[in-house]
Amino acid sequence: MIPTSHYLFLSLALFTIGVIGVLTRRNVIIILMSIELILNAVNINLVAFSRMFGNVNGQIFAIFVITDAAAEAAVGLGIIIAFFRNRPTVLADEMDILKW
Amino acid sequence: MPLLDHLWIIPSLPLLGAALNGLFGARWPKRWVDVVGVGTTGLAFAATLELIREFAHLRADQVPWSKSYLTWIGAGNFRAGFDLQVDQLTIVMLLVVTGVGWLIHIYSTGYMAHEGGYYRFFAEMNLFTFFMLTLVMAANFVLLFVGWEGVGLCSYLLIGFFFLRKSAADAGKKAFIVTRIGDFGFTLGILLIFWVFGSVDYATVFNRAAGMPVENAGQPGVLTSISLLLLAGAIGKSAQLPLYVWLPDAMEGPTPVSALIHAATMVTAGVYMVARAHILYSHAPIAMTTVAVIGGLTALYAATIGLVQTDIKRVLAYSTVSQIGYMFLACGVGAFSAGIFHLMTHAFFKALLFLAAGSVIHAMGGEQDMRRMGGLRKQIPWTYWTMLLATLSISGAPLFAGFFSKDKILFETAVSLYGGRVLWAIALVAALLTAFYMFRLIFLTFHGAPRYDAHATHVHESPKNMLAPLVVLAVLSVVGGWVAAPALSGGADYFEIYLAPVFAKSSALLATAGGETESRTLELQLMGVAVGLATLGFLVAWWFYIRRPQTPEWLAETFHAPYKLLLNKYYVDELYNLAIIRPIGWISTRLLWQVVDEGAIDGSVNGVAHTARRLGSRLRVLASGNTRSYAAWVLVGAVLLLGLLLWPLLGMVR
Amino acid sequence: MFAPIEDLYRLAPELVLCTFGILVMLAEPFVPRKRSGLVAFLALLGAGAALAATRLSWAHPGTAFYGLVRVDDFSIFLHFVVGAVAVLVILGSRDYLEREGLHRGEFYALVLFATAGMGVMVSAQELVTAFIGLEISSISSYILASFRRNVPKSNESAMKYFLLGSFATSFFLYGVALVYGATGTTLLSRMDSASGNPTLLRLGLGMIFIGLAFKVASAPFQLWTPDVYEGAPTPVTALLSSGPKAAAFALLLRIFDTVFAASQLWVWAIWVSAALTMFAGNLAALVQSNVKRMLAYSSIAHAGYILVAFAARNEIGTAAVLFYLVAYALMKLGAFTMVTHLGGEGERRLEINDYAGLGSQQPAAAAFLTLYLFSLLGLPVTAGFLGKFYIFNAALKSHLVWLAVLLAINTVISAYYYLRVIVVMYMREPQKEWAATPIPRAVGLVLVLTAAGTLYLGLFPNYLMEFATQSAVLPR
Repeated sequence: MIPTSHYLFLSLALFTIGVIGVLTRRNVIIILMSIELILNAVNINLVAFSRMFGNVNGQIFAIFVITDAAAEAAVGLGIIIAFFRNRPTVLADEMDILKW
Repeated sequence: MPLLDHLWIIPSLPLLGAALNGLFGARWPKRWVDVVGVGTTGLAFAATLELIREFAHLRADQVPWSKSYLTWIGAGNFRAGFDLQVDQLTIVMLLVVTGVGWLIHIYSTGYMAHEGGYYRFFAEMNLFTFFMLTLVMAANFVLLFVGWEGVGLCSYLLIGFFFLRKSAADAGKKAFIVTRIGDFGFTLGILLIFWVFGSVDYATVFNRAAGMPVENAGQPGVLTSISLLLLAGAIGKSAQLPLYVWLPDAMEGPTPVSALIHAATMVTAGVYMVARAHILYSHAPIAMTTVAVIGGLTALYAATIGLVQTDIKRVLAYSTVSQIGYMFLACGVGAFSAGIFHLMTHAFFKALLFLAAGSVIHAMGGEQDMRRMGGLRKQIPWTYWTMLLATLSISGAPLFAGFFSKDKILFETAVSLYGGRVLWAIALVAALLTAFYMFRLIFLTFHGAPRYDAHATHVHESPKNMLAPLVVLAVLSVVGGWVAAPALSGGADYFEIYLAPVFAKSSALLATAGGETESRTLELQLMGVAVGLATLGFLVAWWFYIRRPQTPEWLAETFHAPYKLLLNKYYVDELYNLAIIRPIGWISTRLLWQVVDEGAIDGSVNGVAHTARRLGSRLRVLASGNTRSYAAWVLVGAVLLLGLLLWPLLGMVR
Repeated sequence: MFAPIEDLYRLAPELVLCTFGILVMLAEPFVPRKRSGLVAFLALLGAGAALAATRLSWAHPGTAFYGLVRVDDFSIFLHFVVGAVAVLVILGSRDYLEREGLHRGEFYALVLFATAGMGVMVSAQELVTAFIGLEISSISSYILASFRRNVPKSNESAMKYFLLGSFATSFFLYGVALVYGATGTTLLSRMDSASGNPTLLRLGLGMIFIGLAFKVASAPFQLWTPDVYEGAPTPVTALLSSGPKAAAFALLLRIFDTVFAASQLWVWAIWVSAALTMFAGNLAALVQSNVKRMLAYSSIAHAGYILVAFAARNEIGTAAVLFYLVAYALMKLGAFTMVTHLGGEGERRLEINDYAGLGSQQPAAAAFLTLYLFSLLGLPVTAGFLGKFYIFNAALKSHLVWLAVLLAINTVISAYYYLRVIVVMYMREPQKEWAATPIPRAVGLVLVLTAAGTLYLGLFPNYLMEFATQSAVLPR
């Protein structure tokens, strides 16, 4: 049986990749995807812990997280489309009317 | 004892006036605004008189008489309420605030008659009176702070009364920053009081403080810190060194405002506060010395600047700063009742001076520069005579009100433990300069040949409703000091006796601490010196502004032979001018006024603001508008926070 | 299996809010364009009903749904706060939406949903529930921020809010997962007794803190605030600055008071965060020229003040936080409502210099704004003064003397930029002619209510403070 710590490290790696993605990618859609990666890292954690404790709380939580990720993606894409209509760019660096 | 049970009535009256005029004044005829504005203040004065009558019947152990009306802030064992109290000190302040305030309200009905926003002016004046009454009647530091902030706010509103047509926003900014610095210290002081005593009620704080040992000058303790922090607030509010710069600028406001706020009441709040907290100060020798030194230096410093001002109101403004310096000096040397005495007489003659100056400005159609006045004595005799009486009073002419109070301060300074001959000498020189610049003002304004365009300016005496307060104040400026008069002949100083219960604990403390014993002969000698110097100041002014303008021509024409000799005398005069007056003038203009005042103090005030703004500009760069950099900051914060939290655990592993 | 009726009582405010939110969306197609006020009225009714429902659930204290939510004085207090915020925001936004041609039912529905989410947050006893509440309110507010669809600033504001908000939420979520891993439960009340891995627990709580610190805009997680507040429609800014902040603080308090004894390290972390937040907000606000942005920075500063009380970590501190949240919501809602009205069509009048001469042209508007600014500054006889006072009190009781001094310094700094607006309003000549539109009745009502509240709390804080003190006792 694979020890829980392995899952944790996998999750941590995924989390780190997600964070790095948010920080380094310019395209907002890829940033959105990176955030989804972090959420999936959370899911791996939850399921792994759930197995470790032998209760289903974590798995139920994971389902909630998946649902939330879907809602977030829907709203996020909507916002991106609304943005794109007014200013044809998807690059985060070009979104700087508001500053200082 | 109806009024003693309902102390709230006194401050509520002006508040009612402010509310009525503020809400409905715009639609009311001017007459009604007058009635409400003046009437409520007058009623407050009447109520004060009734209060004094009732107060006289109280037993000594019932004083200070305090009443709690509402618990305002309650948090655990902390309580601060709308608690008012009355003791002798409050009575004196109430008389000054409502009495002088009322006269100034009456005067304003004439002075402001042709200004726009008439109702607003009265609403704000009444509101000011309300906050000032709250300040002096408060029974705890938090309520005191409410009054403190309130009068500052009203002062700003009233200075700003003319701001729409004068571009003096910078002056307003300066006033705000400077007083804020002071209030910052004041806030910290109150916090510290609460922290140390667990209460902000006067009764609790002062009783506990009285039980504490006097702090050694070598090892200042918590009382010293409290006193110094409170002092910072007092310095800001009372325009003392180095936070006095806002007061002369505040002269932009209408003249009655200058009289009420910047002479008679608000600026004396600092003195009142120090006197109120006398127990704290008398337990902190360092704070006492600081108060005395700041007071003495301010008295001298402001007086030297007053010598060279040409704007009539500015002379009076610097004179106010200087006179309040005297009051601080008195408090600093432990002569609290003398300080309050001077506060009272100063309220009389300084209010009168401002109102008379307002009358002059009114007569001259708005002119404030004394170099373009002169010879007004005949045209506006009432103004002239009342102003002359006030000038005699402030200069310390014998038997006038200012003579008794100033003399008292000089004497106490000379003999007190915290005073000494140096401070006494400083105060004495300031008295000499005071006499000089005040008579210079009188001579330039009222004597000599007119220096204005007689055709363009229609000089006219002010209406009766402006002159009546002048006359009343003139009478007070003369007789106001007589309550202390019997002391001269070895009798009782009634004013001091009246206030004695308030300051009893501090007086006892200072008496045990030592200091020279009071001696009647010494007092008379010192008095003689002071009167002599004041006379000298008067004579010098007279020589320069009355005698000298005609002297050279007249000598040259009539006595051609002794002309040289007399001319030599003139040289002496010139030499004197060159050696003494010029350098003093130079020092006060160049060094003190321009370099220190406008350079250093303004500079540092602006500098603080500038630094803060620069930091702000640096910080805003963080908000670059770039989403990813924001995310990076979130990560930085996360790493720091988690690092901090996990640090000890990592140590455990190692 | 049906939930017992008591449980439904305990969730009544949220149920009412969600029902009305759905009703508003359903009703909108049937309401003719000209009578669009009806939709707003329905939404107002919903928010009012939520307040009534809160009163109802007050009578049924206890936990519901197997311990997921809990009705106690604390949650009731905050339910009243977020409910009142919803009422005021709905009242204040109708005229704005009409003016901007944005009048649609979704707006109100989203406000109601966001409020429901906040309601869940403040009564949550369990981390997943808290997370769901957080997400309901966040996702609703992302959409609200983008409500001026055709305005690039609004788009950008929503985009930033969304990206950074989701990023921060993912931290929160990761933290929840770690806490679950450390203790085996997500119920707050069970965590203390569960013997878990301390490192994991601490790491998890740290990440939860980050997620919530982002929501309350405390340094160094505050950078999004000015951009989002400036770009969002002003009524939404009013909502964002008051409601979610209250809810997030409530959740922080709930987690920290229930889960573990305050360790010295946490006090330090919060200490530093509070100090940084105050300075970051106030110093940057000094150099702003846009009123909305200035108020955004000021709200960062206020989050810092609240953190000072939070750092006290005792019941006095909690009561101070609760009191301040109310005072803050009142003055901020009032100020933003005034800014909304003054902004004019298309929100063009937003520079501080545009307010020149307001004192003589629109004296009522200037007077209201002055009152709010005085309260934000913390002058006596306003709610802001007492709020600050209670914070000072709490900080001193916990011997956080230096933090109290920093708070005092910050108050002095803040005087400069608040008073500058007042100086401009009363003492500068107007540069441009602005049409002085009369204040609509609903907006006027909001102004009167917030101003009266500000003064009432400034004069008679005791009733609310007693309630706050009573609510500050959280069951461990």
